[in-house]
Amino acid sequence: MRRNRAETDASQTKLSRRAALLGGVQLLFMGGLAARMNYLQVDQADQYLLLAEENRINIRLIPPTRGEIFDRNGVQLAQNIPSYRIVMVREEAGDVEEVMHRLSKVIDLDPEARDRAIAEVKAAERFLPVTVADNVTWDELSRVSVNAPALPGVSPEVGLTRVYPRGSDFAHIVGRVGRVSKTDIDAQEIPDAVLRIPRFQIGRINVEAREEGLLRGVAGTKQVEVNATGRVMRELSRREGQSGADLQLTIDSKLQNYVQARLGTESAAVVIIDCENGDLIANASSPSYDPNLFIGGISSADYDPMLESKHRPLVNKTVQGTYPPGSTYKMVVAMAALEEGIIGPDDTVYCPGHVEVGGRKFHCWKRAGHGWMDLEDSLKQSCDVYYYDLALKVGIEKISAMAKRFGLGIRHDLPLSSVASGLAPTKAWKRETRDAEWVIGDTVNASIGQGFTLSSPLQLAVMTARIATNRMVTPRLIKSIDGIEQPSGGGEPLGMNENNLRKIRKGMHVVVNDRRGTGYRSRIIAEEMRMAGKTGTSQVRSITTAERARGVSRNEDLPWERRDHALFVAFAPYDKPRYAVSVLVEHGGGGSTAAAPIARDVMLQALYSGEPPLDAYPTADRERIAEQQKQLRDVQPQATIKGKDQA
Amino acid sequence: MSYLEYNVKHVPTGLRKILHLNWPLTVLLIAVSGVGFLMLYSVAGGSFTPWAEPQMKRFALGLGLMIAVGMVPIWLWRNLAGVAYLGTVVLLIAVELFGSVGMGAQRWIELGSFRLQPSELMKITLVMMLAAYYDWLPAKRTSRPIWVLLPIIMIVVPTALVLKQPDLGTALLLMCAGGGLMFLAGVHWAYFAVVLSAGIGLITAVFQSRGTGWQLLKDYQFRRIDTFIDPSTDPLGAGYHITQSKIALGSGGWTGRGFMQGTQSRLNFLPEKHTDFIFTTLAEEFGFIGGFSLLGLYALIIIFCIAAAVINKDRFSSLLTLGIALNFFLFFAVNMSMVMGMAPVVGVPLPLVSYGGSAMLVLLLAFGLVQSAHVHRPR
Repeated sequence: MRRNRAETDASQTKLSRRAALLGGVQLLFMGGLAARMNYLQVDQADQYLLLAEENRINIRLIPPTRGEIFDRNGVQLAQNIPSYRIVMVREEAGDVEEVMHRLSKVIDLDPEARDRAIAEVKAAERFLPVTVADNVTWDELSRVSVNAPALPGVSPEVGLTRVYPRGSDFAHIVGRVGRVSKTDIDAQEIPDAVLRIPRFQIGRINVEAREEGLLRGVAGTKQVEVNATGRVMRELSRREGQSGADLQLTIDSKLQNYVQARLGTESAAVVIIDCENGDLIANASSPSYDPNLFIGGISSADYDPMLESKHRPLVNKTVQGTYPPGSTYKMVVAMAALEEGIIGPDDTVYCPGHVEVGGRKFHCWKRAGHGWMDLEDSLKQSCDVYYYDLALKVGIEKISAMAKRFGLGIRHDLPLSSVASGLAPTKAWKRETRDAEWVIGDTVNASIGQGFTLSSPLQLAVMTARIATNRMVTPRLIKSIDGIEQPSGGGEPLGMNENNLRKIRKGMHVVVNDRRGTGYRSRIIAEEMRMAGKTGTSQVRSITTAERARGVSRNEDLPWERRDHALFVAFAPYDKPRYAVSVLVEHGGGGSTAAAPIARDVMLQALYSGEPPLDAYPTADRERIAEQQKQLRDVQPQATIKGKDQA
Repeated sequence: MSYLEYNVKHVPTGLRKILHLNWPLTVLLIAVSGVGFLMLYSVAGGSFTPWAEPQMKRFALGLGLMIAVGMVPIWLWRNLAGVAYLGTVVLLIAVELFGSVGMGAQRWIELGSFRLQPSELMKITLVMMLAAYYDWLPAKRTSRPIWVLLPIIMIVVPTALVLKQPDLGTALLLMCAGGGLMFLAGVHWAYFAVVLSAGIGLITAVFQSRGTGWQLLKDYQFRRIDTFIDPSTDPLGAGYHITQSKIALGSGGWTGRGFMQGTQSRLNFLPEKHTDFIFTTLAEEFGFIGGFSLLGLYALIIIFCIAAAVINKDRFSSLLTLGIALNFFLFFAVNMSMVMGMAPVVGVPLPLVSYGGSAMLVLLLAFGLVQSAHVHRPR
């Protein structure tokens, strides 16, 4: 329809007028909004800022209680004790350095710890509490409370901290916890929220680390209202987390304590395994250290000597350390030959003191030679030439295959850190890793557990248990999780010829119980507890021709780190094997003198559950042993537990 | 004057239309959305997920949609107004019958992965309908009762449907936008006086209905109004939103706590911190300066729309532009009043800033109509 132009214009004018009016109202309203904003944010800013601090409702994580660790008899090895700590909130502290300075006057805080705390407070979100002092005593706590006005943003808190009451006895089994580091968080794709709790403790090594998943538990949450000074005013709601699982180990802490004490300051390792179910009842590595020192962060004064010590206290020698097994490897070679039917137990070999193979002279430890040797004699006197001969007939592949069946050169899955796999060398292995062909001399070396062959004390104990039982005994360290018994390590039958194994065991029996055996001095007298074993002495240096011409140097004349490793493996009782033991003394000299006595002592201790009668020992030794027992009984585990007494 | 009488020869054609878009307005829209991305990034704790990134994608889609709508001749949109309006009313009824329930209210229809919220669409189609109506209606009839009653029905029907969902906020916005459009079209003052007094009467009635069998609002809506009047009555319950919002805002001060440093919003004091309460985060982190700047951007958008409407000689175009600007204004005015404790918490998002795809798409669609009106204005 055609419209009247004047009328249209009029309506358009009216529209513009009303648009301007409405626009004006809108702008006016926006002005009102701006005024309100100004009122809230500029005029009332201080008041609201205060309210923001006062009225803070915060979601906090409740750290789960870490699972505790017990020995096989229920003795606590790792526990949580209440600890007092001092926390600081950056925002409320204002000048962090000044407040920390004042705090360090009130409580005992070394400058190193203080600087670390300052750095941590500065790095954290400014409204989150950060622990600045751990394990403070009740006295210190009271002093902080009294001085509260001078310490803004600082408040005391009660939490749980990890403590190892058995101290150094279990450093190499239970391990220790430590504070979460940034690398821990970065390592996980979706890190558990609890890791972000400042100074949350996470397993660092051994069982604590390997079973972290079981021990940690699940965090709970709570909603709390906190006031201007960061104090929690009340809890609004709470969702409980879940504690970690309690673990029971197969270790007998009393025996473990005895073994550690028996080893003393030697650089040595002992593994005692239950032949029936594979339980590790002792697993000692010496020297050890007190894991409690690490909990609050270790000082370099404590740490540096550990790192620098030649005796390497931080290394778990039982599973981490690998050594040439020396003559303890002879059972493997003999068994390989017997199973292959290459020799009979009564076949003899003549030992003239050395043999020549591939243009090289290989010596027996006895320069004059042993004369005619059969299997039993060769084990008893540890004749090397007999095994050179055997190895050349059997070949390295069969020997290494037998070693693996006995549990050498394979990694046993234990919840310990850096469990080594050792080495049972093969031709293919040498080609791949050394880029060199296997030579006949390598076989000769391997036959007496030298050369490339490497085993850990744990593997040697497993081997001994397998020889003793003809079953595939597998080591077990976790007995039960939250009361649920874990599968036994008793193992399937190994399927070896029992007659052959019996010969080997007989040989091991005479090693200890025959007057001419290398381990005779460490025999057990008690008839029903007779021990069978094998000594080993492994070289850590090669003996040059010049040296040999001069006469091989005596161990005592060499510097410590060039002396031979002393080894001994044993099982007992001979008739009905109960425990298998392996002992290694680093640079200890001869296996018969350095390792066998330890093996006998710890074996008796295990067999008699800690109360071996003196008449189990040879008569001549009893007096000395009685004195030794008396001394060892008083050696208690060293555990430094700070801040507990006042709790 | 109707388009049929214009010389359309001067209207740009083809891709040249892009040059004639209202570019200052477009830039302002992008700027406001940019503020939104920044805040969504911040409330997520410095992360593009879960909010900033989808929002950016939807904005890109919306921007494309806006330009596409802007290229379509305005007369086509005018002719579609009736159909669009009726279609949306049908959708509102469909929501009533088959809609999904979210947050205690029936608001949207699931269409595969797309979630259609007809009440959002209604804000635009109502404006289109009323603009088309007043474009068609000869000026001298504008204030005659029968011709006033008709648009009132057009407003009341969708408002009632939305109110029934129940979505009080959107219902009020529809009513205000509709009333505003009638005012712009030149309806006599007296009618507004009547409606205003009726409104006051209605509010009284609503409050009178409380606790009776014919209660007009849900309990939670009543509680929201109560706590609006006196938030201190239940600071950790129903009044929590407003109290926390004011604290967060106030603690921002003049310059704010700094980007991503807002403790109140970061500590999860604010529920819906990424949707209705996003302005609080902005004001906390950038202070008065930040909040005022956003308000300034909004004001500029309104001013540019009014200017575009005034220079446009086509009545439908003018009314449509003004109506959409009014809608936009109502959005942010209600939202900001709400977070600043000047209005009840009614669940209206901050336009282009709050997280939410449906609202953003509909808004950009509406600005597409504004662009179309501008591009195809008579010259």
